Amino acid sequence: MSTPDPTSAMEQFAATFREEAADLLTDVETTLLALETSPDDPDLIARAFRALHTIKGSSAMFGFTDITTFAHALETTFDEVRKGNIAVTPALVSLALQGKDLIRSMLDGSGADTKEACAEVIHALREMDVAAQPPAPAAPRVSAPRPPDPPAVAKTYRVAFQPQADLLKDGTNPLGLWTELLELGSGEVVATTDQIPPLHDLVPDACYVAWDAVLTTQKDEAALRDVFLFVEDRGALTITLADDGESDTEDDKKLGQILIERGSIRPEQLQAALAAQPRLGTILTVGGTVAPDQVAAALAEQRVTRQARAERAAGAPVDAAASVRVAADKLDDLVDLVGELVIAQSRLTQVAASRDDLELVAIAEDVERLTADLRDNTLNLRMVPIGSTFNRFKRLVRDLSTELGKQIDLVTDGAETELDKTVIERLGDPLVHIIRNSCDHGIESPADREASGKPPTGTVRLAAYQSGPNVIIEIHDDGAGLDVEAIREKAIARGLMAADASLSEGELFQLVFLAGFSTAKSVSVVSGRGVGMDVVKRSIDALRGTVELKSKRGAGTTLRIKLPLTLAIIDGLLVSVGTGRYVLPMSLVEECVEISRAQVEEARGAHLVPVRGELVPYMRLREWFHEEGEQPLVEQIAIASTEGRRFGFAVDDVIGQHQTVIKTMGRMYGDTEGLAGATILGDGTVALIVDVAGVIRNAIPAGPPPS
Amino acid sequence: MSAIVEAAQYLTFRLDEELFALDIDKVREVLEFSSITRVPRTPDFMRGVINLRGNVVPVVDLKLKLGLSRTEKTIDTCVVITEVCVDGESVVLGALADSVQEVLELEPGQIDPPPRMGNRIDASCIRGMGKRDDRFLIILDIDRVLSPEELRSVTADRPPAPPERVAEAFA
Repeated sequence: MSTPDPTSAMEQFAATFREEAADLLTDVETTLLALETSPDDPDLIARAFRALHTIKGSSAMFGFTDITTFAHALETTFDEVRKGNIAVTPALVSLALQGKDLIRSMLDGSGADTKEACAEVIHALREMDVAAQPPAPAAPRVSAPRPPDPPAVAKTYRVAFQPQADLLKDGTNPLGLWTELLELGSGEVVATTDQIPPLHDLVPDACYVAWDAVLTTQKDEAALRDVFLFVEDRGALTITLADDGESDTEDDKKLGQILIERGSIRPEQLQAALAAQPRLGTILTVGGTVAPDQVAAALAEQRVTRQARAERAAGAPVDAAASVRVAADKLDDLVDLVGELVIAQSRLTQVAASRDDLELVAIAEDVERLTADLRDNTLNLRMVPIGSTFNRFKRLVRDLSTELGKQIDLVTDGAETELDKTVIERLGDPLVHIIRNSCDHGIESPADREASGKPPTGTVRLAAYQSGPNVIIEIHDDGAGLDVEAIREKAIARGLMAADASLSEGELFQLVFLAGFSTAKSVSVVSGRGVGMDVVKRSIDALRGTVELKSKRGAGTTLRIKLPLTLAIIDGLLVSVGTGRYVLPMSLVEECVEISRAQVEEARGAHLVPVRGELVPYMRLREWFHEEGEQPLVEQIAIASTEGRRFGFAVDDVIGQHQTVIKTMGRMYGDTEGLAGATILGDGTVALIVDVAGVIRNAIPAGPPPS
Repeated sequence: MSAIVEAAQYLTFRLDEELFALDIDKVREVLEFSSITRVPRTPDFMRGVINLRGNVVPVVDLKLKLGLSRTEKTIDTCVVITEVCVDGESVVLGALADSVQEVLELEPGQIDPPPRMGNRIDASCIRGMGKRDDRFLIILDIDRVLSPEELRSVTADRPPAPPERVAEAFA
């Protein structure tokens, strides 16, 4: 590890900001999309406002000034929305979504010309503000009456922050916090400097200063806390309602509580009474000794504390206690280490088996069991719910339906289904492709749908669920479906099948995934699908998954993706071919059969092996991998099942089951045909993992060799 | 590749009878040549993969890559583990050498630009010719020798380097 230097610490901090901001943006998007369906929900509006506010605040702290300015503009608009001066319209939501995208590209630093686009959005927002500005309260609002806004009572808070000594080491600038705090209202900050030690004891990069501030603001305590969002756990933050100190807050609080506890009034009544009260400042100047006024003051404090408590209760369990945010590469390192451990353990087992020492064997077995548990637990850490990607599809479908002039609903199911983080990341693009296809070619226009007796709004259903060691993702649309006959004609025309061959519907649908098959215009028009499906198929193959397609003309199409839960460690079948050793993924191997030289000769060159009454085609891995050496008299055939058909791989010998830690072979060997990676065996040598689907794909178009 | 302006250390090694050198910053370690797993259906000069403390590392036969004979396993054969820069990303690769000699320091004055012609090795793969006790060392630009384009050019049997790249090497 290198020594920490201030720039890298700042970088790291900025990275944390990026991560958090990305989460917040996702939240903004979800909220906006929800707002579109229920535009008057004050909770949603407040949520969007708060998220934007936090983005603004934290971006300012880390010097992302362009984001700050832009988020400020968005926030201002939502502030108006919150006050009821601007109504939530689809146009506003679109604009805000656009703005959210801009912030994201500013975060990534990917958008080259965000400036101009930002200016445009800001301009459009201003126009909305201006349009809404003139006597807004008088304008009749169609929407249901909103609950009255909380009274804008200017309250005085005492804010004290005693940072930990190492606060500055992260590159945090505490002055920025106070500047931001003072922007919320008016007040004063006093630095407490009595902690600063004599010069010879002073550590230059430690923070000895604590701050006290008195702030009068109309914002609530949560807004004040937001300022300290990033440093709250880096020091002691206390925010207390101070008022002017004349009234004894302790007594007031008790009085308020007593009133409720006695049942003389209900909390809602207190709230209502409070809303009707004049400004708190006025109350206090009027006399301060009159009981009802004191009750009001007590209630004001109670409301604030209750709100803060509710917020802590809502926020704390998720943020602090129940989950921990860990950098993804730390998890990757952990998985790597567990992989090493699995390899070391298999060495131990191998050595133990070769010695006649029962004690050693017992230890090896213990280690094996513990390693397996540790492995499962570790891999589980990388599991994240797939729901995070579902959000982005909601947006996609929304945009597409506007673009295509269709009415499409996206229904999602099983958002909580968990998959390996890497799988989810790499699944995004293929899913976008599939959903795009469903919307573009699957779902018909509203007029066509009505003509065929369907509701005008089409539905795309995205569902995920776990099934054994796999996760199934289904994308279903109730659109036009595939035209089987058109596919058959196309396949015959392209020479992919004989005119008189009888392929099942499933086999025909598999043709859609062939490269080049789909690019032909006629098919995408007739069948309404298929552009780039080969790309989808390849991405899924790379994840060691399979795709199946089902379709009924007029009723819709379903794509079923089956994925392994994890990418890092698999159960493999270790086989030997010539001098080499190879691993076949166990999930694809159904069974192993023997074939003797006599049986091979009997088949007269046809590569078919009888497996319980069925003839299964097979190929020799020895030939595919150009392995030299004598072919044994009796070969083993591992029967793999993928995409609904069975295929055999003839190998010299089946060694046994092997916990396979998958290692990439790097860029140089990354594209090697027929290989999915490598693994390290118990004796330290490297074995190669066979890409079963890839080999089959390459072997089948060639057909059985001429006899 | 920039010109050599500072004194630097080089690892020297032998391929056949010729002396070669690599910038020491590019070398991670030197291993004994033991077992190697051949990867089928790949070019001959890509000898296979080895297990480097739990990581699978590809090994290249530098001699075959440079148009010399195939490296045979002897008691002196070594795998030089190098860090090659590919598209700004550091990739760990092993290179076979007949024997590894020493680490020495060369001043820029002791290094001549690569000869434009008369060399069996593509000039774009050479950073310079070092002089050492009346012997020449060929300082290899390992990033170039093992760059993805080069790997492809070998497999696709294309001419070694387009003119602009040679020009770039002298820039």
